[in-house]
Amino acid sequence: MFLINCPFCGEREQSEFKAGGEAHIVRPKQPTELSDDQWAEYLFMRKNIKGIQFERWNHIHGCRKWFNMVRDTSNDEIKAVYKMGEKPPVK
Amino acid sequence: MTKNLRVKSSKLVDETYRISFKFNGTTYYGFKGDTLASALLANNIHLVGRSFKYHRPRGIMTAGSEEPNAIVQLHNGTSRTEPNVRATEIEIYEGLVATSQNCWPSVKFDIGGINNFLSPLLPAGFYYKTFMWPASFWEKYEYFIRKSAGLGKSPDVPDPDIYEHKYIHCDVLVIGAGISGLIAAKTAAKSGFKTLLVEEKSYLGGSTIYQDSEFFKINNQNSASWLEKEINEVKKIENLEIKTRTSVAAFHGYNFLLARENLTDHLPLEQRENKTRQRLLKIRAKKVITATGSIERPLIFDNNDRPGILLSSAIKKYADLFGVACGEKNILFTNNDSVYETAISLIQKGIKVQAIIDNREEIDSKLIKETEKNNIKIYKGYSIVDTFGYKRINSVSIMKLSKDGQKVIGSKENISCDSLGISGGWTPAVHLFTQSGGKLKFRDDDQVFIPNTYPSNQISIGSCNGDFTLDEILINTPKLLKEFLNIKKTEYENIEIYSAFNKSKRNIWLLPSNKIVGKTKSFVDFQNDATAKDIKLALREGFRSIEHVKRYTTTGMGTDQGKLGNMHALGIISETASSKMGELGTTTFRPPYTPLTFGTIVGRNVGKYFDIIRKTPIHEWHIENKAEFENVGQWKRAWYYPQNGENMHEAVQRESKAARDSAGILDASTLGKIDIQGTDASEFLNRVYTNAWSKLEIGKCRYGLMLNEDGMVYDDGVTTRLDENHYIMTTTTGGAATVLGKLEDYLQTEWPELDVYLTSVTDHYATISVCGPNSKKIIQKVIPEIDLSDKDFPHMSFKNSKIGKVKCRVMRISFTGEQSYEINIQANYAKSVWENCIEAGKEFNITPYGTETMHLLRAEKGFIIAGQDTDATMTPIDLQMDWIVSKKKFDFIGKRSLYRSDTIREDRKQLVGLITDNPEEILEEGAQIVADMNKTPIEMLGHVTSSYFSPNLKKSIALGVVKGGKNMMGQKLIIPMEKKQINVTVTDPVFLDKENKRLNA
Repeated sequence: MFLINCPFCGEREQSEFKAGGEAHIVRPKQPTELSDDQWAEYLFMRKNIKGIQFERWNHIHGCRKWFNMVRDTSNDEIKAVYKMGEKPPVK
Repeated sequence: MTKNLRVKSSKLVDETYRISFKFNGTTYYGFKGDTLASALLANNIHLVGRSFKYHRPRGIMTAGSEEPNAIVQLHNGTSRTEPNVRATEIEIYEGLVATSQNCWPSVKFDIGGINNFLSPLLPAGFYYKTFMWPASFWEKYEYFIRKSAGLGKSPDVPDPDIYEHKYIHCDVLVIGAGISGLIAAKTAAKSGFKTLLVEEKSYLGGSTIYQDSEFFKINNQNSASWLEKEINEVKKIENLEIKTRTSVAAFHGYNFLLARENLTDHLPLEQRENKTRQRLLKIRAKKVITATGSIERPLIFDNNDRPGILLSSAIKKYADLFGVACGEKNILFTNNDSVYETAISLIQKGIKVQAIIDNREEIDSKLIKETEKNNIKIYKGYSIVDTFGYKRINSVSIMKLSKDGQKVIGSKENISCDSLGISGGWTPAVHLFTQSGGKLKFRDDDQVFIPNTYPSNQISIGSCNGDFTLDEILINTPKLLKEFLNIKKTEYENIEIYSAFNKSKRNIWLLPSNKIVGKTKSFVDFQNDATAKDIKLALREGFRSIEHVKRYTTTGMGTDQGKLGNMHALGIISETASSKMGELGTTTFRPPYTPLTFGTIVGRNVGKYFDIIRKTPIHEWHIENKAEFENVGQWKRAWYYPQNGENMHEAVQRESKAARDSAGILDASTLGKIDIQGTDASEFLNRVYTNAWSKLEIGKCRYGLMLNEDGMVYDDGVTTRLDENHYIMTTTTGGAATVLGKLEDYLQTEWPELDVYLTSVTDHYATISVCGPNSKKIIQKVIPEIDLSDKDFPHMSFKNSKIGKVKCRVMRISFTGEQSYEINIQANYAKSVWENCIEAGKEFNITPYGTETMHLLRAEKGFIIAGQDTDATMTPIDLQMDWIVSKKKFDFIGKRSLYRSDTIREDRKQLVGLITDNPEEILEEGAQIVADMNKTPIEMLGHVTSSYFSPNLKKSIALGVVKGGKNMMGQKLIIPMEKKQINVTVTDPVFLDKENKRLNA
């Protein structure tokens, strides 16, 4: 079970958090201008990476804030956490 | 026949404290400190069970948690029976009652033993191969397999014991209190780390605590004496907590571990009352030191499973720790020096060693010399090829090994015995390390897997790290600790060590026999009856991966998880398939390390504490008025209120009729309520609902549908504009938390520029809904000051008011199609306001109704329930609710998906009404809808989503989803049921008052 360093609250048990899928997928500003394929790309397509992955997490049983996490899925190492809107600190 | 095999005084048992216990119906005696196994052995009982598949007689084999055979059923009254308890772990207490498992009618005469003679017919994969065909016979096969399978019986009444969970945070966790664990715990604690030391046994010191001979010395003292002094010091350290009888079950990522602390299982029964039995410790440690020791390997030869055959280290432990001789004529069989430690212990205690068979030809060590001095015959370069004795070993056959160890040569010699100790060397207990994600490496010198890379802040020390001898432990452990704890010095720098142990070993995974492999029964997994022959068969049949061989042969799949034999299985595979051990890898070690009781896993979360129960503030009234309840998520909601012995149907018919004829009252407090404030609140609602919100006047209410981004209906509810920048949103009861979560998600991540704040107020306000033609009169009586005229207070509007001095909000909204008012009031006043309404409504026969009537009333009106009439495939268009989807709005969640190629299909399933030809026939919710019964396969057009008998329309009504249903009005369809077909006609989903006359009346 992870120990997650919430950017607002500090280290907390994983059981306080909810995973929210891939990070940095921006909702299109003008969905009406997109083709079915482009919209489907936004709506359905997600990466499933072995290695460094960017994820959204929510401190659902804490401050209820969403934030981002960089995690190595091959060994579950959390490389970094950062607030929404911030640039990832690692590549 | 029973003998007393108790010898000289021992380390652990208190011979002044006698305890009686029952095993298989006979009363025996042991002493305080005995395990069930040691007490049975002291009574000369080896035969304790039957094996799983062949029902072969089996005896106690080990003295620890790795025990494969001696698993028993404990009986403490009917409710406290427990299967699969290892006799080697359970400490005896006054009144213990245990029986053997997996045998009938008795362990001495077991019908299933016939499987042993049928064994040529029961090879690996027998069940897979035999019961495959024909598939339709499976149910018949299963009946017989179930009867003969299984180990032990689970109790069939609730567990009366108390269990609990506890969180522990520490700087350093040390697992195992053997010599290296004790050194680590002392060093860590004395260096200022808050340290927790856990040990699965009742005592500290591991195997060194009974290593009491001149052949193992530390600073010129026998190692046992030295360690005893250490333990006394360790117990005094303040920031060191020690937990015995505590076994770590799981080692997860980020140094999160689960351990089971056994608190009462060793106590006399009368001392257990009202005490917590077992505690699950949830440990988060900054650093973990694993010192779990090692497990002795058996040797694999023909008939190596008879009662009386034990690990050599177990024989030593029973003698030293419990003062018990496992036999009067012991033979020891080995490939390494370990059995000589046992021999010396037995000699010290005056227990006879008949002979030692050592597969090594040229051996020399101080231990061996000492053994020879005592006139014990050592057969060097020999191997055991067979054993004899059905319920207890009585002799062995030995033969000389060839130089290359591939075969046996010369003539057979028989030696009689009543106990055989075997040692195939040692396997580091790396289970917890690998659970944590650690990777192993194979050390060729002595054929062991040892820790290689650590995934978290942890180390392994002592024999679980491959340091088996006293000198290796005492030299390497301090070095590892200094680096790991980042300290300069330990107390163990200039220590003098003397160990007579010689590390030489002749490893042969499967010992050669004078018979062909197919004629031997050389057990690799004792609990699951997997033999070397089975593994070879699996390889012949093409299995190569260790994980596949494991599942095909069931090697390592018992409750002991193959702690003894897994390495041999690997070895045999590697030799047969000519692959390298290191490249084969190991099977995955999964938690728990030793089985956990269900009680420990669930802790206090049982019965009414299993899940949170949410009750409305009016709950007590519902109970007093005999409501039946239904669970909606965690909520208890009044379902219906039966009167005078009514059944549900009768009650619901009466409630529904009353609500339409005069007045009904519903507790709607469970609806989700979200308070929305901020200058961008209107814009926010525009984006999350399908319809437009900007122009909603203050004081007005509006119904909204919420979609997922894929266009599918997700939730619905009425939102009221309380002020310019202030709304209150209602959600479905079940959707409250997820809707709030979803709204927060969009606010925080997609639209952080919006000035909007969301607060859940579901529990803060209760909602009392009064409906029916007389509802206005009742509300007027309850709130005299409010103007309820239709002009001033029309449908879909809201007013602030007061009941006495208490503020309330009144909304004129309706989920029934009747004129209807909802009073929202601070929760703690709700019950009295509810009672006011009931009192005021008496003259109008106000009738409380529950969720079932609510569902019926809304179905008459064709209102959907999100989650019942919708699933994750229904768009608003599919629901025939085009009117609620704004064409003008630039965007809202899900908008773009409403004109994807799939969502604009004409033949999507669409919501329609269904009227049965026979008005008395009520459809079953979930029933399939078809048009043509003659077409094969029959095309499924959809299914029934809601169905009721309407007392107001006096006929059966139903909602359903049907492919292309929108264009099928008036068409006949069929609902095929098991024994009949029901004919229905497709209609509009609104059955009652299409013109909304009742709403505005």
